[in-house]
Amino acid sequence: MTQPPAPFGVAPASRSALPKAATGIEGFDAVTFGGLPAGRPSLVCGAAGCGKTLFATTFLVNGATRYGEPGVFMSFEERAEDLVANVASLGYDLDGLIAGGQLAIDHVRVERSEIEETGEYDLEGLFIRLGFAVDSIGAKRIVLDTIETLFSGFTDEAVLRAELRRLFGWIKERGLTAIITGERGAGQLTRQGLEEYVSDCVVLLDNRVEDQITTRRLRVVKYRGSAHGTNEYPFLIDAEGISVLPVTSAELDYPVSEGVVATGIAGLDAMLGAGGFYRGSGILISGEAGTGKTMICASLIEAACARGERCMAFVFEESGEQIVRNARSIGLDLARHVESGLLRYEAARPSLFGLEMHLARMQRDIDRFRPDLVVVDPLSSLRGPDAELQATVLRMADLLKSRGITAVFTSLREDGELGRDGDIGVSSLMDAWIKLLNVEANGERSRTLYVIKARGMRHSNQVREFVMSENGLHLVDAYIGPAGVLTGTARVVREAEEAAQALRRQQENRRRQREAERRRRSLERQIDELRASLEAVGEEEAILLDEDERRETLLASERRDRAARRGGEG
Amino acid sequence: MSVTQSAESEEGRYRLRLYVAGQTAKSLAAMSNLKRFCEEHLAGRYEIEVVDLLQNPQLAAGDQILAIPTLVRRLPAPLKRIIGDLSNTEKVLVGLDIRSDLGPSPAAAKAGRS
Repeated sequence: MTQPPAPFGVAPASRSALPKAATGIEGFDAVTFGGLPAGRPSLVCGAAGCGKTLFATTFLVNGATRYGEPGVFMSFEERAEDLVANVASLGYDLDGLIAGGQLAIDHVRVERSEIEETGEYDLEGLFIRLGFAVDSIGAKRIVLDTIETLFSGFTDEAVLRAELRRLFGWIKERGLTAIITGERGAGQLTRQGLEEYVSDCVVLLDNRVEDQITTRRLRVVKYRGSAHGTNEYPFLIDAEGISVLPVTSAELDYPVSEGVVATGIAGLDAMLGAGGFYRGSGILISGEAGTGKTMICASLIEAACARGERCMAFVFEESGEQIVRNARSIGLDLARHVESGLLRYEAARPSLFGLEMHLARMQRDIDRFRPDLVVVDPLSSLRGPDAELQATVLRMADLLKSRGITAVFTSLREDGELGRDGDIGVSSLMDAWIKLLNVEANGERSRTLYVIKARGMRHSNQVREFVMSENGLHLVDAYIGPAGVLTGTARVVREAEEAAQALRRQQENRRRQREAERRRRSLERQIDELRASLEAVGEEEAILLDEDERRETLLASERRDRAARRGGEG
Repeated sequence: MSVTQSAESEEGRYRLRLYVAGQTAKSLAAMSNLKRFCEEHLAGRYEIEVVDLLQNPQLAAGDQILAIPTLVRRLPAPLKRIIGDLSNTEKVLVGLDIRSDLGPSPAAAKAGRS
């Protein structure tokens, strides 16, 4: 069991020497610092249908199963079989407890028409029955539900009152921790003024209807010899039984985390200076219907679960299965996290119960599940009086912050506010605010996203286009140019135009390069030709030179020959 | 538990059970009132069983006993419960559903008591 924080308005340090019997009812033991006064009778009163019998039954069942204290249930209204059937839905196996000797149920039937009073009498029979039941199982706890029924069965009120006084004295004498239930009467706590006899501890249960929504509340009216929470605390009755939820302190003294949680959307992480949101911060995602709030939440959940963190989502407009199915379309498999127990969806219609109850239920579920990330989708669907709504949201944010849980709230209101007039500042409670906007232009709609604020980190001010595909969520840089910021097809067209221009420029370049090359080659060719003719001229020169030489040589030899011939004759 | 007297025939026979808790003044008064009453009105056709719940506390729940003393008419049907020390004879007569033709008139019974 988790230890709930001390209720607001009660000094947690106050301890009492008064022995107490824990009821095992979540929250109630915290409000009363330990439970009901042990060995004494306590009065639990309230109007019909406010949960008195269930409160009493839970007290007995928990006593038997958790604290080793057997109990006797003396029912003046419901038959034992009805009682067993009524609480079976809460998982209480009364028959099993009876068989195990941990519980005894005695149904006392009081039928006025069957009783004829013919003289003096007392209620010794009741004492004997109670005493017998207590002794048979060694009971430490008893419940009398609702003892006031006796007043309808017997006419002699003086005798009854005297006997009741004796009964409560007897309970104290036997050291039994008792719950006496009583129906709320006009002008007093119970119809027959039982509070006159049971004065150690009085608990008032209430079931109020406001705006057609009921909220169950519990108040400890008095507790002799012990400190106790004095507020009205909302309490829940559901499949988990009964739980009282002391609303936690609204102080700003929670520990601050430096850790950063990635969002699972690479582009968004890049927009946030720290690479994600701070752990334990409150994040608001606002945007109209269809802007992708729930899918961003799904991405955050997927990222957290992939890190092995526990996530809990309170959804007010869709069922968990529906979100899991929808997330599959963007390539996120949340079903495996639900199966592995890391992820839990708690779906409820906003009008199912009042704001207090929503808050109370959330607190209970959060304390049980202990998530690292909580998603409330959408916050804006909670309805109620403005003042109450603001208080609820504030406490919800505090509740999560004080536990160091990263909280993601979505809001359908574009301005991120709540309430009819938008005067309930939600955004100021949040540490980060992502705004989603549909941009309509050129007959199409595209999703854009920007970070309005992110406390404690540098963040991009750029509007980014945000695309959902079967490969997940992606952020695309929006086109920013002389024509302004373009998104969607306009961006694509603009980008295509730019690409075409670039291509043209490139082609032109290449063409000119080729031209230059060609000219260079032609010049080179000319150079080659000239060089060839130069060589040819050189060769001719050599030939001519050679011929000259040979002629000179020939002439010289002819001269020698002629001279020789002349010398021979001469 | 003691059976005071048995009736001879089943027809019109009264089976009564008186629940008491110890020998208190109220219990003793109820016992003597009952005995006298039966002798006067149901002579010979009644059967009284006295149950002391201090000795047999487990019997209290079966007959839905709260008040002490309680007289339960087990026969003839239907089951009837009369609480108190039976000092108000008229109420006992009404409670046990005894018609005047079955015995002396209530007035006579009253006279006999006083």
